[in-house]
Amino acid sequence: MAEYEAVIGLEVHAELKTNSKIFCGCTTEFGGAPNTHVCPICLGMPGVLPVLNRNVVEYAIKAGLALNCEIAEFSKFDRKNYYYPDLPKNYQISQYDLPIAKNGYLEIEVDGQTKRIGITRLHMEEDAGKLIHQGDDIAEAEYSLVDYNRTGVPLIEIVSEPDLRSPVEARLYMEKLKAILQYCDVSDCKMQEGSLRCDANVSVRPKGSTEFGTKTEIKNLNSFKALQRALEYEIKRQIEILEDGGRIVQETRSWDESKGITITLRSKEEAHDYRYFPEPDLVPLVIDREWVERVRQTLPELPDARRRRLMEEYGLPAYDAMVITGSKALADYFDQCVEKFSDAKTVSNWIMGELLRLLNAHNLEVEDSPVKPEGLAELLALINKGTISGKIAKTVFEEMFETGKGAEEIVKEKGLVQITDEKVLAPIVDKVIEENPKSVEDYRNGKDRAFGFLVGQVMKATKGKANPQLVNKLLRERL
Amino acid sequence: MNLYELTAHELHELLQKKEVSSREITQSVLERIEEVDDSVKAYVTLTKEKALQQADKVDKSLASGETLGPLAGIPMGFKDNICTKGIKTTCSSKILENFVPPYNATVVERLEEAGAICLGKLNMDEFAMGSSNENSAFFPTRNPWDLDRVPGGSSGGAVAAVAADEAIYTLGSDTGGSIRQPASFCGVVGLKPTYGLVSRFGLVAFASSLDQIGPITKDVTDCALVLQAIAGHDPYDSTSANLPVPDYRQALVPDIKGLRLGIPREYFGEGLDAEVKEAVNQAISKLEELGACCEEVSLPHTEYALPAYYLIAPAEASSNLARYDGVKYGYRTEEAKDTVSMYMKTRREGFGPEVKRRIMLGTYALSSGYYDAYYLKALKVRTLIKRDFDRAFEKYDALIAPTSPTVAFKIGEKANDPLAMYLSDICTIPVNMAGLPAISIPCGFSQGLPVGLQIIGKPFDEVTILRVAYTFEQNTDYHRAKPALEVKR
Repeated sequence: MAEYEAVIGLEVHAELKTNSKIFCGCTTEFGGAPNTHVCPICLGMPGVLPVLNRNVVEYAIKAGLALNCEIAEFSKFDRKNYYYPDLPKNYQISQYDLPIAKNGYLEIEVDGQTKRIGITRLHMEEDAGKLIHQGDDIAEAEYSLVDYNRTGVPLIEIVSEPDLRSPVEARLYMEKLKAILQYCDVSDCKMQEGSLRCDANVSVRPKGSTEFGTKTEIKNLNSFKALQRALEYEIKRQIEILEDGGRIVQETRSWDESKGITITLRSKEEAHDYRYFPEPDLVPLVIDREWVERVRQTLPELPDARRRRLMEEYGLPAYDAMVITGSKALADYFDQCVEKFSDAKTVSNWIMGELLRLLNAHNLEVEDSPVKPEGLAELLALINKGTISGKIAKTVFEEMFETGKGAEEIVKEKGLVQITDEKVLAPIVDKVIEENPKSVEDYRNGKDRAFGFLVGQVMKATKGKANPQLVNKLLRERL
Repeated sequence: MNLYELTAHELHELLQKKEVSSREITQSVLERIEEVDDSVKAYVTLTKEKALQQADKVDKSLASGETLGPLAGIPMGFKDNICTKGIKTTCSSKILENFVPPYNATVVERLEEAGAICLGKLNMDEFAMGSSNENSAFFPTRNPWDLDRVPGGSSGGAVAAVAADEAIYTLGSDTGGSIRQPASFCGVVGLKPTYGLVSRFGLVAFASSLDQIGPITKDVTDCALVLQAIAGHDPYDSTSANLPVPDYRQALVPDIKGLRLGIPREYFGEGLDAEVKEAVNQAISKLEELGACCEEVSLPHTEYALPAYYLIAPAEASSNLARYDGVKYGYRTEEAKDTVSMYMKTRREGFGPEVKRRIMLGTYALSSGYYDAYYLKALKVRTLIKRDFDRAFEKYDALIAPTSPTVAFKIGEKANDPLAMYLSDICTIPVNMAGLPAISIPCGFSQGLPVGLQIIGKPFDEVTILRVAYTFEQNTDYHRAKPALEVKR
């Protein structure tokens, strides 16, 4: 049996977070009652004309630079013609042969190795609206409603080279891409709101072969999990067909999340002929180099650079640095926390441990965390000063998360201050020794475990508030 | 003399001297419409009430001592592909029969600001596709000089209205000659401005890279005044030029001494009617007599303009007209069981044959596998045509040619022969392909029907062609001739 490898390329659509749409002044805000964020221009009514939003170009340049692309000096818009009720003009204004950016790359870490994934092109286009089918599914719907609020929201489409070799690589690429776009502040990349969407092209071939197999395209993968699962399924499906001596049909497929399979959407024979031609209502886009340089100056520190900085500046392990810089918001959280509490590794432990655990449990984004970086720093300082123990701190943190109160406030309210006074602790230690003669004897006979038991009893008696070092010291003195 | 027979600048003087009111002028034109429009059939929609209200408003400001702009209080009309807020804009198509735009075209805004009185909307070939006005989904408009003949197209209604004194002036649109060819057929002045001089915002698109709005007037002076009011950059149209607008009244100089005029030989070839040719040649002699230096010039790629146009214009049209699908506005078929059948039936029932013909042509020309051979090739031809003109303009200040190879033809004569119909725009199409300005003015008669003289200028040099036109007009009487329209009393 031959061994196969997958060849994967991704087409990612990201909505840009400009305030207004790409060709008119309507708001791009998500939500809103249907058809309230519209005007004659984005509705493509008779006689209206598009006027390009300069900010969209600026954001596209920024994203292009962040993805190491060449920014075109001369670029233009084209019409992509196809009929669909959510597309008011029945053509989409997009870019075809002269996109604003091309020939870039991004890097992912695979098994400890850095792998470079090529970016073929990045282009601007307008989004379409949304169809709401009144019925169980498209086929059964008696009628459909259209909401044009999203129509004309600016998109960038980022097309990768077929450099990805596994579903995991595809997911890592997508995660890195998301992080970069978020770092640049050009898109909020909310996959659940559709502001980041992905289509995947996939084929398989015998390992070692340089020729491409016949590919299929899987449309509208709207989560990292869906991307990975759909690719896993599709690769398996293709290999099975080849193993059985069959032939892959070039077609567009869609991912059925509930069944966990991909299904045929349309075959190559029914494929669209988009009849691209230059958009005559817009003049070609000439981008002067000064503008590109000005945009370059506004580029923030990107994930890779930031990861390296965290490792060099704070001595964070590679794993920590990767997790922390996976999202800009998380990295910002880290930086702000370290500013107030300089033990970076402790901060990183808490962020990766308690913070992410509670955020996940409450389904919250870092930005919405009830405990701000200053709050966490305050808590860590309390541990450092010996006011509370690390164990107590975890309870305090949960309380902070639930109530939004400060660490000191909670510690005071609940009387959680650590007992560091020998005079207070000594009688308790004495009492524990008195009440556990068996363990005392065991310890004296060389059983170390018995010592731990006695410490535990002291902690229990003090509800965990006793300073562990002090307990150790007092116990040893007495035994 | 009836008020409706006068030009805008003549009426302006009377208004300023308070010899007449705008209401009187407006009523005079409305009565004229009532008298003759049953025969001419220029109007699709009349906005009588609105016109009188606007007139009263102008009269009020006049009474309060305000100085009026040159077009204030003057009644006019719009071709029905120019969007008017709250007023039906049908493109003479069933598919937009009841469409009322919630916005004004930029030219409408500008004329309203100038105090213009809007009488209504004028008939046209459906979506501006045609050369005779027979493609209107509603009714054909007739040529006021001979009611059995076409007024030309596609701005036929807008032109016939001016020729029949049913409006003092009108605005039309010109994609391949749709202002100039009917102006020639009906003996009025029609100007196609440089592409980008006048905003297209609110003009229902036929072929976006060729369409341009322009004035249709009784004389060259009015043409300059109207152009002044509508020209200039519009932030709502990215293709509108951001250049200062010249003072077109300064172009009205009755002197062309020393101007060099090129006579493109290719416009005088086969298919040009002998009497039309004679009238145009006489006009050229007149221009020479007035001091211009006229010389023959060659524009070698002229013969390819028509076929290239009939690829580019339908290609753009097939895309521009895709939005009429029954989903959002306009006509929707009564019976359809799903989206695709709704699209197909709506468009089959909503569009007329010429529009369908061009949509199919354009769809074909853009489809994969044919794009390079047709659309792309046509774009290359377009560049060659532009270069021909560039070269000619290195030597000449303007070019002189016939506007149409024939005078107005009979209704029905070419209706079933699209290719014969397309040939009637052969002298005007190259100008749109090159984005140049050109004016058609009356220069004679053949068989009792008007003949048009076309003056083509350099980009954004409307001043020179207006000057040539004005000089010719000041030294001839053709523009004063009126059709002997039989009036139903």
